[in-house]
Amino acid sequence: MDLNFTQEEVEFREEVRGWLAENLPADLARKVRSDAPLTKDDMVRWQLILHEKGWLTYSWPAEFGGTGWGPVKQFIFEEEMAYACAPRILPFGLKMLGPVLMKFGTKEQQDYYLPRMCDGTHWWCQGYSEPGAGSDLASLKTAAVRDGDHYIVNGQKTWTTLGQHADWIFCLVRTSTDGKPQEGISFLLIDMKTPGIEVRPIQTIDGGREVNEVWLTDVKVPVENLVGEENKGWTYAKYLLTHERTNIAGVGKSNQELARLKELAANQKRNGKPLAEDPFFAARMAKVEIALMNMEITNLRVLAQAEAGGSPGAESSMLKILGTEIEQELTDLTRRALGRSAQALTPEADDQGFNGPYVAPEGFQNASGVYFNHRKTTIYGGSTEIQKNIINKMIVGL
Amino acid sequence: MEFTHTDTRRMLADTIDRYLRDKYPLAARVEAGTTEPGFQPAQYEALAELGVIAALFPEDQGGFGGEGFDIAVVFEELGKRLVNEPVMDNALVPGSILAAAGQSDAVENIIAGAARYALAAEEPQALYDLTDVETRAEATGDGWALTGAKSVVKYASGCDGFIVSARTDKGVSLFLVGADQVSLRDYVTVDGGRAAELTLDGAAGQLLGDEGAGEAMLQEAADRAVLALSAEALGIMQTVREMTIEYLRTRKQFGVVIGKFQALQHRMAEMLLEIEQARSAVINAANALSLSGAERARIIAAAKYSIGRIGRLVAEESIQMHGGIAMTWEYDLGHFAKRLILIDHEWGDQDFHLARFIEHGHAA
Repeated sequence: MDLNFTQEEVEFREEVRGWLAENLPADLARKVRSDAPLTKDDMVRWQLILHEKGWLTYSWPAEFGGTGWGPVKQFIFEEEMAYACAPRILPFGLKMLGPVLMKFGTKEQQDYYLPRMCDGTHWWCQGYSEPGAGSDLASLKTAAVRDGDHYIVNGQKTWTTLGQHADWIFCLVRTSTDGKPQEGISFLLIDMKTPGIEVRPIQTIDGGREVNEVWLTDVKVPVENLVGEENKGWTYAKYLLTHERTNIAGVGKSNQELARLKELAANQKRNGKPLAEDPFFAARMAKVEIALMNMEITNLRVLAQAEAGGSPGAESSMLKILGTEIEQELTDLTRRALGRSAQALTPEADDQGFNGPYVAPEGFQNASGVYFNHRKTTIYGGSTEIQKNIINKMIVGL
Repeated sequence: MEFTHTDTRRMLADTIDRYLRDKYPLAARVEAGTTEPGFQPAQYEALAELGVIAALFPEDQGGFGGEGFDIAVVFEELGKRLVNEPVMDNALVPGSILAAAGQSDAVENIIAGAARYALAAEEPQALYDLTDVETRAEATGDGWALTGAKSVVKYASGCDGFIVSARTDKGVSLFLVGADQVSLRDYVTVDGGRAAELTLDGAAGQLLGDEGAGEAMLQEAADRAVLALSAEALGIMQTVREMTIEYLRTRKQFGVVIGKFQALQHRMAEMLLEIEQARSAVINAANALSLSGAERARIIAAAKYSIGRIGRLVAEESIQMHGGIAMTWEYDLGHFAKRLILIDHEWGDQDFHLARFIEHGHAA
């Protein structure tokens, strides 16, 4: 048993930390720290800075132009990114489609798409969920019918995150209705400029514009845009879901949020005393901190297993449940720590050059919105209930 | 990072596991827990012979371990089989205090299983607070005379001596008191075992360590005890986990095995996930024994808090998922559940340790 990182890993962490201190633009860090919305330009700007350093593809193997880092280094990198309040690297191309193409794509597909998802040419979005296919993803109905050298795609995708900026969408489509629902699904890459595609925004309860509906009407997709074999798409989709395993718990982000909450609770006063010393509030903060400490060890256990070449099973689902519940509790406590001021909706206070006066303390303009926004975390990426089904299936086996 | 035990510790775990599997039937343990002396002395001696006690002490004290992960490995194995031999109460805790006070002969006898001591620290009014000490020690010509009362001293009957905390003008100190100097009112405990109320009326005592150094010595012992209890609880949880999985796979109602019902699947998933968190808490605490100050105190408090919370969840949920059968004395599960719950009543419950965690956070 050794809970410590190696000397080499410690030095690597320092290198990442030092580089981020030098290269992360202050305006981006400020936005991320205060949970203010990022523009497309913000995200692309940061992506290109990382790309120039060679760290954008931090989770890719060296043969595809990645860093070749193992799970532990990837984790350290992600943690330091979170501590520095760097904008998150959008997962759709780099973390989701990329690995699928590396494993199942043709050489041509790899050569064409992989560089373009790095250099800002292609913004990818994910076309999985449908109005009638949420947790029961395999029941999806968007149909792709072969017509010569093309598929003709008709249907509707939903919850398409940042689809309003996207150049391309990777879609699960139905190519067969024979056999089990999972056996008739294919994995298609679709250019968003193709006629027949319409993106309609969905406004979320926090007022945000993050997700969209994507309507597809007689969309012509060249057959060479099929990934792997027809009707094998479910296998690729599952591979994609299990690929992301080093950061599913969001340890770094939650540690960062906890530190921010502690600072807030030390500054907020109740009866002339810091809120952090209120016994009820202190107890809730302590409980979530302990949950986070435990989860951090669980996460390191999974990481050590992955580093040794093992593939975590039920633990990934456990970390998804725990990580999202901890995140949610932190947003709840942050909202509560703001008292009356959590009612105010004053996004202008996040703007550069805003001179006050602030209603809520600086950096906490939208705590209630953030709280509501985070309700999504236990729903997306396999809801808590689906994760519990998976845990049960893997361990009890029924 | 490395999350597997050393070969030596794995061998130790295997040895204990094999012995208990072959030679430690639960029925005998349950029976012993309801009668005097509350455990099976022959088993205790056999465990000592196996090296179970020696593993808890470092080499310079006559053992071959003594680190946090040694303690964790031993007690996790004992927990799996619901062992109620007083390895913690009569060996680990008093032994570490006696070793710190330079009583090497006594420690040697403890490691050999030839002598048993008990710590008598908590008082009836104290609710886990080891510094809430009303027992007094007065200096006599050649020693000390102690007067006061100690509560729920586990496995006190038959001990060769007691380590008693008492107050002098310089604060709390620890004293070694002979078994003939105390009076005991002995009783069974809910989880199967024995304890006693201990009273002192001018009992002759020998000062252990420096006068006034008692609180620090007690805290050192408490950290070890908390780790041992947490690891024991983890072992118990694993057995409960296996029993519950087996039951969900075999018990039929409405024509199907009950593990097919999602209401139970989700309860079970929650329990499985929390047990992994308990394991992480124990690993963290075992590691923390080599740390110091507020960091160590916080991690150990966090572990006992976690064990208290998760222990209750596992006890209650496993009974609920089993249904009526788990309510019977005859079925094994209830005995494991009782020990899990009662562990929260030793060395500070979850609220006590949550408060401790917060207190040391302010200090940090």
